[in-house]
Amino acid sequence: MPVFNQSRSTIIRLIFIGLFFIIILQLFNLQVISSKYSELARENALFPKRVYPTRGIIYDRKSRAILDNTIMYDLMVIPAEVKNMDTLEFCQLLEMDTAEFKARIVSAIIKNTRVRPSIFEDLLAPAMHSRLEENLWKYKGFYLQDRPVRTYPFNAAAHIMGYIGEVDSAILKRSGYFYQLGDYVGRSGLEQAYEPILMGQRGIQYWIKDNKNRLVSRYENGKFDTPAIAGRNLRTFVDIEVQQLAEKLLSSKIGAIVAIQPKTGGIIAMASSPDYNPNDLTGPDKQKNYAGLVLDVSRPLFNRAIKGQYPVGSTYKPLGALIALDEGIINERSGYDCHGVYLGCARPVKCTENWAGHAANLRLAIAHSCNSFFSNTFRLTVDNPAFHSARKGLTKWKEYANAFGLGHRTGIDLPSEDGGNIPDTTQYDKEYRGSWNSCTMVTLGIGQDKMTVTPLQIANSICIVANKGYFYTPHFVEKVDGETTRDSLLDKFRQKHEVLTHISDETYETVISGMQDVVDQGTAMIAKIPGINICAKTGTAENKTVIDRRVIQLKDHSLFVCFAPRENPQIAVAVIVENAGFGATWAAPMGSLIVEKYLNDTLRTERLAEVDRIATANLMPDFLGRLQFIADSSRAEEWLRISHDSSRIRKFLNKQYRPYVPPPTRKKKTPAQPDKKDFPLGAILPDRKNLVKRNIG
Amino acid sequence: MNTKSATISKGIDWSLVCIYIILCLIGIMSIFAATFQEKEGFSTFQTAMQGFISLKTDYSRQALYFIIASFLGVFILLTDSKFFTATANLWYLFGILLLLLVFPLHTRVKGTESIIKFGSFNLQPAELCKVFVCLALAKYLSRVETEFAKPRSQFIASAIVVIPAFITILQSETGLALVYFSFFIVMFREGLPPFYLILGFLFGALVVATLLIEKNSLALILTGMAVLAVYFLRRQIRRRRSVFFLVLFLWAGCVTVQRFVVPFIFEHVLKPYQVQRIYATVGKDFPLDPTKTSDEDLREMEKKKQASVYNVKQSKIAIGSGGFFGKGLLKGTQTRYDFVPEQRTDFIFCTIGEGFGFFGSMIFLSIYLLLLLRIVTIAERQRSVFSRAYSYGVASVMFFHIIINVCMTIGLAPVIGIPLPFVSYGGTSLITFSVLLFILIRIDAARQMVLR
Repeated sequence: MPVFNQSRSTIIRLIFIGLFFIIILQLFNLQVISSKYSELARENALFPKRVYPTRGIIYDRKSRAILDNTIMYDLMVIPAEVKNMDTLEFCQLLEMDTAEFKARIVSAIIKNTRVRPSIFEDLLAPAMHSRLEENLWKYKGFYLQDRPVRTYPFNAAAHIMGYIGEVDSAILKRSGYFYQLGDYVGRSGLEQAYEPILMGQRGIQYWIKDNKNRLVSRYENGKFDTPAIAGRNLRTFVDIEVQQLAEKLLSSKIGAIVAIQPKTGGIIAMASSPDYNPNDLTGPDKQKNYAGLVLDVSRPLFNRAIKGQYPVGSTYKPLGALIALDEGIINERSGYDCHGVYLGCARPVKCTENWAGHAANLRLAIAHSCNSFFSNTFRLTVDNPAFHSARKGLTKWKEYANAFGLGHRTGIDLPSEDGGNIPDTTQYDKEYRGSWNSCTMVTLGIGQDKMTVTPLQIANSICIVANKGYFYTPHFVEKVDGETTRDSLLDKFRQKHEVLTHISDETYETVISGMQDVVDQGTAMIAKIPGINICAKTGTAENKTVIDRRVIQLKDHSLFVCFAPRENPQIAVAVIVENAGFGATWAAPMGSLIVEKYLNDTLRTERLAEVDRIATANLMPDFLGRLQFIADSSRAEEWLRISHDSSRIRKFLNKQYRPYVPPPTRKKKTPAQPDKKDFPLGAILPDRKNLVKRNIG
Repeated sequence: MNTKSATISKGIDWSLVCIYIILCLIGIMSIFAATFQEKEGFSTFQTAMQGFISLKTDYSRQALYFIIASFLGVFILLTDSKFFTATANLWYLFGILLLLLVFPLHTRVKGTESIIKFGSFNLQPAELCKVFVCLALAKYLSRVETEFAKPRSQFIASAIVVIPAFITILQSETGLALVYFSFFIVMFREGLPPFYLILGFLFGALVVATLLIEKNSLALILTGMAVLAVYFLRRQIRRRRSVFFLVLFLWAGCVTVQRFVVPFIFEHVLKPYQVQRIYATVGKDFPLDPTKTSDEDLREMEKKKQASVYNVKQSKIAIGSGGFFGKGLLKGTQTRYDFVPEQRTDFIFCTIGEGFGFFGSMIFLSIYLLLLLRIVTIAERQRSVFSRAYSYGVASVMFFHIIINVCMTIGLAPVIGIPLPFVSYGGTSLITFSVLLFILIRIDAARQMVLR
């Protein structure tokens, strides 16, 4: 018995204790000292899932939802769970073939692996959804997932409401990476302008995921979750019925209608034509529809009411009269002996009326829209003897025009508004090398020349006239549900701008009387509504465009502005119909219908025929066909250049496909082949740079 | 009845039984925590109970194994203590036979070739054989004619241990084979010169150094060390020439091991993935020789490397994220959602580390340490060599299993698939360790009678 080995038991014990001690040391290091492992474990197993709240609803002034939320369904698939199914029957339900089915399953596996859910078909059409819902129990691994989608119950107000779309990199950067790829944000209209209010507050749910990234369960029963707060609703001034009427009146025409409450600046209706069905940009086909809209040269996505630059035409005349009256250059008895032409300058200015005495005083001149009178008045304003300088006169005139809200953005609550143009001395100096006089720009007096405005600006300027000097910045949103003092978005719209209140009420009354005469006995008798005193002004604006490198005089724009009732103005309307002819022919009846609809809440039965007559009239300009041809063929050519694929350009090379374009006014033949290097487009059309950019995209 | 139970319980070391029961219960709980899945519509308690009754869940099976093992334990306690001494050699032969039977009869399960299937029951002779080797070694050492101081006896004792280990290596179970080397602790206690253990330790250190240090610089370092040794021992060398030759011999041995033996073992003895795991543990990439390894091997290795690196990483994350007090039972995100593979078997310690933190792990390891020290104490109070050697055998095997398994989960040892005694999921393992322990308890209970 080797007793001498007794001490070795101690050694063995020490070895045991020593190694356990090493383990404890390492455990202490891993569990107590190092903190990275708990973070790694969190990263491993926790998934902060964003919860998107429902977006706010937009209501009209009678609390009808113009922009609402609805639920659509995505068909989801977990490929690993799909088995023993009747593929053929399933494909028939979904109206696809089995090859497509297989391809989608494969792409789902590639994107999200077999065990994680992928979208098999997104935003199912309602019919397909109901068909699937009945039969889905037969197909393991497939299920429906709801997704909130924006819907426009009235199919109207597309340009006002705008649409939502996925964020792009620019928005991501601008937001300081508040948004993430795949988020939806308002991309235009009120959706964009009121994004912070409509979007609500995103919530976060912590989910536990397993080793295959499947979400298994909520972490700690949602103890650390932040709930999503629903977006707040907007209450607007819009009257959806008036809006629908405006859109109906403008169908098959190019133009815009803006109706504003003068006393609040609230916008009742804003239509721009051509427009689109806003629901086209929400459903399953939105990408396709969007592409179609972008490629259309009549530009249905373009909101002409805030971006269209139009010559203001005779609708400027009441403003011109007010400026001259305030400057004391004319008075209400001033007249002009007009015989159908103004010969004060080298270039004659034609007048539509030629009977003697149609401009015997200011009221008559406004009522009959005498060009001679207002050309003369403008010249007198510029050559104001008080200044001894046309320069100072023009600057003074520009000050007035700017005060009327022209020449700069109004600040409406829609994104990307344009400001129009009120020319100043530098612009003429540049063009005429400093040698110009009041005759150079005499047609400014009748709203032509370099002066351009947006329909919104015209409507706003008429509001100032109706209000006798003040206005509120035009806006849609009256209030936000649950508004607090922190919502500063609406503050600027509640501020009264007393821009021209120094002009005396009598002066305003004089001009307003002239405007009432326009309807009572003047150019716009067609706009008369029994029982309502409408003050209005028609306009007929000359315009040209450039097609195939030639300047072409187009048919005049038809304009109309009015407010009513005279005693207590409730509505101010501006209508412009492009290339439609006289203001009284198309724009005036439209404006009158809008006023009647708004003030009486309904239309007289005999007026419904008038609505139909206007709505069915097709006033789309001829040259659009030619423009479409140029745009499409140049895009095809660009495609050929990039991809060396001639399939798209081929049909444009075949002469049979060339659309016939009637020569607009002058008699030159169009060249046989469109010039690909240079094809300046008209004023209302995108410039070449933009067009080419879109082609590539 | 009373008298019978009195005879059974007489002399039994209840502390060991208690520790045994506690460890088995911890095991069932950990397996429950690692594999339990909530069902919708039922409370956690309901689902857990359903799981226990159905016997389809891992934790209920483990509970069943525990019951079987307990019955076996009681059965062992009822046997005569001399039975084990008498039949030790027979058992050993039986074990070797079983091991050899594996070659014609094995079924290939998860990369191992060491399992014989009996219907739904998997028998792993290599696991079971530990008991027999332990008995046989004790038997040999306790023979009156054995003089363990002689090299011949030492050689035979080593052979008893190494033969089954060698057969196990042939069955692609290197991990289990390594366990047999823990029996050298027993031999050390019984008088094996410490020189061998130190030599073994030095060899291990040299292998690690070979992995870590570039081979030429290691050779230079070794040479430097030899030169220094000669310099410091110059007086002794002047007196006795043999000291110089000893140093020279050691130096030559070291260089041979470093230059030829280690590469040989790595290339021809071990599987590439095992080499890979060893490299992964010391934190280095496996230096590949593209000319010698086939594409298929490379791919296989890459896969295994990914898996083993992933396992250790996830296991460290799981244990590390437990913090000081742990996340609580069923709260561990790492272990509950399958991030750690094999977590109910080899990586069961993760569940404890994550769920109960440093505090819980300390207590858990303390229980193990208590068990080992208790066994050593029991061993020392035995009056026969057989009993003592057997007890040390039990302590050594368990020690090796615990240390390697825990070190593997915390990244201190290469991934060798050996289970944690009493805790890891698995019938064979639980029954083997129970048998080992209960034989010990039985022998210990009879320690007074041996003299009679």
